[in-house]
Amino acid sequence: MTSTTDAATGRPTARPVLQVGDRVFVNLTRGAGVLLLVVLAGVAVFLIAEAVPALIAPSDELPGGLTLIAYIAPLVFGTILSAAIALVVATPLGVGVALFISHYAPLRIAQPLAYLVDLLAAVPSIVYGLWGAAVLGPASVGLATWLNEWFGWLPFFAGPVSATGRTMLVAGLVLAVMILPIITAVSREVFRQTPKLHEEAALALGATRWEMIRMAVLPFGRSGVISGAMLGLGRALGETMAVAIVLSVSGGVTLNLISSGNPSTIAANIALQFPESSGLAVNTLIASGLVLFVITLLVNAAARAIVNRRREFSGAN
Amino acid sequence: MAKTVDVENLSIYYGSFLAVEDVTMTIRAQQVTALIGPSGCGKSTFLRSINRMHEVIPGARVEGRLALDGRDLYGPGVDPVGVRRQVGMVFQRPNPFPTMSIYENVVAGMKLNNRKASKPVLDELVEMSLRGANLWKEVKDRLDKPGSGLSGGQQQRLCIARAIAVQPDVLLMDEPCSALDPISTLAIEDLINELKTEYTIVIVTHNMQQAARVSNYTGFFNIEGTGKPGRLVEMDETRTIFSHPAEKATEDYVSGRFG
Amino acid sequence: MSTGIGNARREADTELATGPLPSITSPVRPLPDGSPWGILGTTAVVVGGGTLLLGHGVGLAVTLTAVVYAAAMYGVARVVEGPRKAMDRLVTILVTAAFLVALAPLVSVVATVVANGVARFDVEFFTYSMRGVVGAGGGAYHAVLGTLIITAIAAVLSIPVGLLTAVYLVEYGRGKLGRAITFFVDVMTGVPSIVAGLFAFALFALFFGPGVRMGFMGSVALCVLMIPVVVRSTEELLKIVPNELREAAYALGVPKWRTITKVVIPTSVAGIASGVTLAIARVVGETAPLLIAVGITTGVNLNPFDGRMATLPVFSYYSYVAPGVPREPFLDRAWTAALVLIILVMALNLLARLVARAFAPKTN
Repeated sequence: MTSTTDAATGRPTARPVLQVGDRVFVNLTRGAGVLLLVVLAGVAVFLIAEAVPALIAPSDELPGGLTLIAYIAPLVFGTILSAAIALVVATPLGVGVALFISHYAPLRIAQPLAYLVDLLAAVPSIVYGLWGAAVLGPASVGLATWLNEWFGWLPFFAGPVSATGRTMLVAGLVLAVMILPIITAVSREVFRQTPKLHEEAALALGATRWEMIRMAVLPFGRSGVISGAMLGLGRALGETMAVAIVLSVSGGVTLNLISSGNPSTIAANIALQFPESSGLAVNTLIASGLVLFVITLLVNAAARAIVNRRREFSGAN
Repeated sequence: MAKTVDVENLSIYYGSFLAVEDVTMTIRAQQVTALIGPSGCGKSTFLRSINRMHEVIPGARVEGRLALDGRDLYGPGVDPVGVRRQVGMVFQRPNPFPTMSIYENVVAGMKLNNRKASKPVLDELVEMSLRGANLWKEVKDRLDKPGSGLSGGQQQRLCIARAIAVQPDVLLMDEPCSALDPISTLAIEDLINELKTEYTIVIVTHNMQQAARVSNYTGFFNIEGTGKPGRLVEMDETRTIFSHPAEKATEDYVSGRFG
Repeated sequence: MSTGIGNARREADTELATGPLPSITSPVRPLPDGSPWGILGTTAVVVGGGTLLLGHGVGLAVTLTAVVYAAAMYGVARVVEGPRKAMDRLVTILVTAAFLVALAPLVSVVATVVANGVARFDVEFFTYSMRGVVGAGGGAYHAVLGTLIITAIAAVLSIPVGLLTAVYLVEYGRGKLGRAITFFVDVMTGVPSIVAGLFAFALFALFFGPGVRMGFMGSVALCVLMIPVVVRSTEELLKIVPNELREAAYALGVPKWRTITKVVIPTSVAGIASGVTLAIARVVGETAPLLIAVGITTGVNLNPFDGRMATLPVFSYYSYVAPGVPREPFLDRAWTAALVLIILVMALNLLARLVARAFAPKTN
């Protein structure tokens, strides 16, 4: 990467001699990087190519005889609803866990505890799906009944309560468990980087531990928490198997979180429909996958932008 | 082995930024030349240009001529990698390779270049280099131990052994003692005195007593302000620079009135 | 200007000084050391025990105990120690509770999977496929092999590409191309696994028609998920190799590529190996892309380029959501497959730690 001409003055300089080994190696590594770009471009191009037939087909040939938008819209709704539940539950919990590890747990066990939380991320999603359907679902019926009894006036808990617990609420909770380690890991990192001076300054003013955290740690870590939550959101939007197994789907758009009639999510719908689909139905599913791809892309880009801006401001690197 | 370095009107650029301007000097063989000056005056940059190490930063280039016994090191077709085999370097902080033993560190120059040599030849090279760096007695019983287990001063002498194992003509030292305690510093200074019989040595130092103690010639670099290029103010025998230098700026600097 | 700011600062200071700062003269009697535990014990016995006696579940008992304990601690501390200390205690309880709540699913998942999966965790499970099995018996031999083959191919393809890309980014890529790759690695990290599956399908369908399913397709899908993970972790590790080591090698007249392969990579090999292991752990349990690209079979298929293969996650999925009659043997096999997956993933995680320790540069 040594420039051979100086851009500002345009004066040529002696081109550094590169050894054969160096030249081969540079091109090898660059080739790998370019291959990666090609693969990603391939993802976009092939998805679009396979989605096009669904985009141009008349609506009566599509599954359910719906227009493409009418087919995908409820799925987008379900995707966002389930991810939103996960985010609402997991963000405060993740911040709490991160604070516990960074500022409350005894130093000696903080690292193993962090590792334990990371293990949550290692569990395959199929296992979460089984667990959600077999354990969390049935266990949630009591809670759902109680919510319906006391908060039935809210659209979320209108009922009737599902007897199996395979509801949007449970799907959201399973997703919350799955994104918790991401939010925790990112938050923990920024909390740990809080300048010791700020913390000690707060403590020296006579602040309690909580006041110190509120004054020094949380303001410092806010953008980290936000970007962690966004990354978690990206994961929740795209999560497939857990939702596919847990959620009992009836289609349609509803805010009701505890009944047995739920909208599906894009990812779960693909997993459920794809193996039995052929022809235009496959193209339709791929079109919906493309929509999912774009949504997660935007969410992740936002998360990265926040992380990068913070990096610039914090002066690290 | 020692060779003379001739520098003529050398300017060093990073992109369009002129870091060091118009240096002309002769670095004599089998002598120690010290480069002194305030921080940011370009003396380290100049030092690194002698073995083209500054080219590690993209956009770096030079104008002018820098010759080793008459051979232009920046001439067309000159491989910077080859230059570095002739002009060795020791850095501010000791940097032995952490994955290698003491023995492997010394022969790293050969091993990393895949040059084959028989075991007895290598053994001899290791002993010679470690003796040359005054380290043999301290480590001869633990050559297979990691180099990072040594003390800071020992590590720095290991790095010197590693540099002279390649059998260079010139040895560059970039503040080699700045991370060391006074006793280790003394050991390195003694070593420099012994090494100059075989090598041309250039040392950058912030410590003027050190420059006075170890060097035969001293070059004083200065900078007029931030953003301005560093330049060589004057160069002379160390004795002259420290007793009656030609330039006022030099006198101010060596007498501690400035910098 | 500067004096203006100075004045404002001073004013703020005086305001702070005259504001309601905690008075050090007010008598604060801290709660005795053991009292939080005493209150917790009492609450557990009274509230938790009471709830259980009334015939409610353990979950409710624990939840109520926690809520009442938090309220009681806050109340007592507020009366005895004042509002600030009480708030501090309340937050401590909440944060600790958050951690315990987070661990609960991990414990529950592992316990459930072990309890349900252990029934069929036998020799037959690992030595028989499902060919010709209609009810009880049979196993996931074919699925275990499928998972190993597909994951191995994905790893063999992804690791070199990932490593070389990371090397390019850290050692060479400072220009536009480097920035573009960095950006798109970020993008790839966020690709949902099902989309990776669709990509593999779309790619192969173009050449082999829409009905195509093969193990290699699954490997390609897993590559899309695995490469960015390998790049990211390797990149981080190469970045923390001190520049001094690179310079030391350059100064010995070592060309850049040898410096990278013989100094930089060996120095960080522990972390790289551990990162690669974790990347494998991440994809070995992937279900969605394999569901789409590979499908499922009942018999052993060792050829990744010919037709459907069984894999553990997909095997578990179909056994669970589409069991035959009777249901029980299918559900048992689903749980056992899940158990095997968890063991596999945990083992890889453990291996990653051991690898990191084993290869770490020795310092005496």
